[in-house]
Amino acid sequence: MSVHALEIILSRQLADSLSVPVFIVDPEGNLLFYNPAAEKVLGRKFEDTGPMPVGDWGTSFYPRDEEGNLLPPEALPLVETLSRKQPAHKTFWIDSLTGKSTKISVTAIPIIGRSHEFSGAMAIFWDTEAP
Amino acid sequence: MMKVRLHGTRGSYPSSSPETQGYGGNTPCVEISHGPDRIILDAGTGILGVDFDTDYPAARVDIFLTHLHMDHVQGLAFCKPLFTPGREVHLWGPEDGAEPLQARLNRFLSPPLFPIPLRDIPARLQIHELSGASELVLGPFRVTADYISHPGPTLGFRVECGSGVLAYLPDHEPVIGRSHLYPEDEWVSGIHLARNADLLIHDSQYSKKEYRHKAGWGHSSLNLAAEFCHRARARRLVLFHHDPAHSDAEITRMFKKFLSKTAYDFPMELARQGQEYTL
Ligand SMILES: [Zn+2]
Ligand SMILES: [Zn+2]
Repeated sequence: MSVHALEIILSRQLADSLSVPVFIVDPEGNLLFYNPAAEKVLGRKFEDTGPMPVGDWGTSFYPRDEEGNLLPPEALPLVETLSRKQPAHKTFWIDSLTGKSTKISVTAIPIIGRSHEFSGAMAIFWDTEAP
Repeated sequence: MMKVRLHGTRGSYPSSSPETQGYGGNTPCVEISHGPDRIILDAGTGILGVDFDTDYPAARVDIFLTHLHMDHVQGLAFCKPLFTPGREVHLWGPEDGAEPLQARLNRFLSPPLFPIPLRDIPARLQIHELSGASELVLGPFRVTADYISHPGPTLGFRVECGSGVLAYLPDHEPVIGRSHLYPEDEWVSGIHLARNADLLIHDSQYSKKEYRHKAGWGHSSLNLAAEFCHRARARRLVLFHHDPAHSDAEITRMFKKFLSKTAYDFPMELARQGQEYTL
């Protein structure tokens, strides 16, 4: 297996030291890494799952708008960042593991290294109701 | 057969103290030769030990810079071929995505830090930028370069010649502030450059204890260097970039203590200025 670009490796180092949930994906949306705080959101452990294809993790959340309508994938910040290679931000609702609806803010940023190559994106989830 | 000669092994700044002459006081420079063909890795003060008059009859000289920290470029200012008209000097170094390599080198090689601006150097100078994952062939040498973890744009090199493989990562902190590398190889900076190398020259500036206070400074402990060598399955490890604050006696003591607590199955040794390896 080849080695990730340095900026992806360093992104994991950063995510590792943060207490907010962070997801790191490749340009296709495959989940390369999620930190311990994100394990709680996803209900799985990186140690157990390793990287996950987009089909396996993209459907883990049921993102909804204010009226409770399911959001299409292209309305989600991470998907937008991957397609436009630009930062994106949105506040919406997801069904948590306990079935409770949680209002979260997601900020996604593109990861573009020194050689100007787009190597993926990083998304930070913020639970707006957390104390 | 590829020969690898260590002209400078010291990190950070050159040291002339008698207490550091055992492992050497010159900053990084490694010369690789195969018959009459030669390339140079880094231009620390060790480059002053390269015999350009005898060993470089051809006009062309190739110098590969891992990065532009002073200990890796300081020798350029007094590197003879640069001041010899008719010489063709090729400098290879990391792209930083913003400022050209020539402009970055010129900050040091121009007044007031240096009397002559780079453009007035008598040699025919050619500057080449290497970005992530580059590969080139120069005579018998195949050089692979990629960005590795160290402050500022920094490359590691893998040099293949015949069946011999050298990996050179003199300034490298493969994980920051953790005591072990990530368990998955694809998350280990630089591991692909060192994979199955016959000789790995790797940063090992600190003891395990010192590293706890130097996380993020861009250098490895002896422990991280050895773990990196083991994970890359390199066959022999040369511990490089000695801290100029450490005397020979201290370095030897650190190394012995480290050896007494580890059991790796590959040979490892402290880099010594003047040492030559044949691969
Ligand atoms: Zn250095
Ligand atoms: Zn450095």
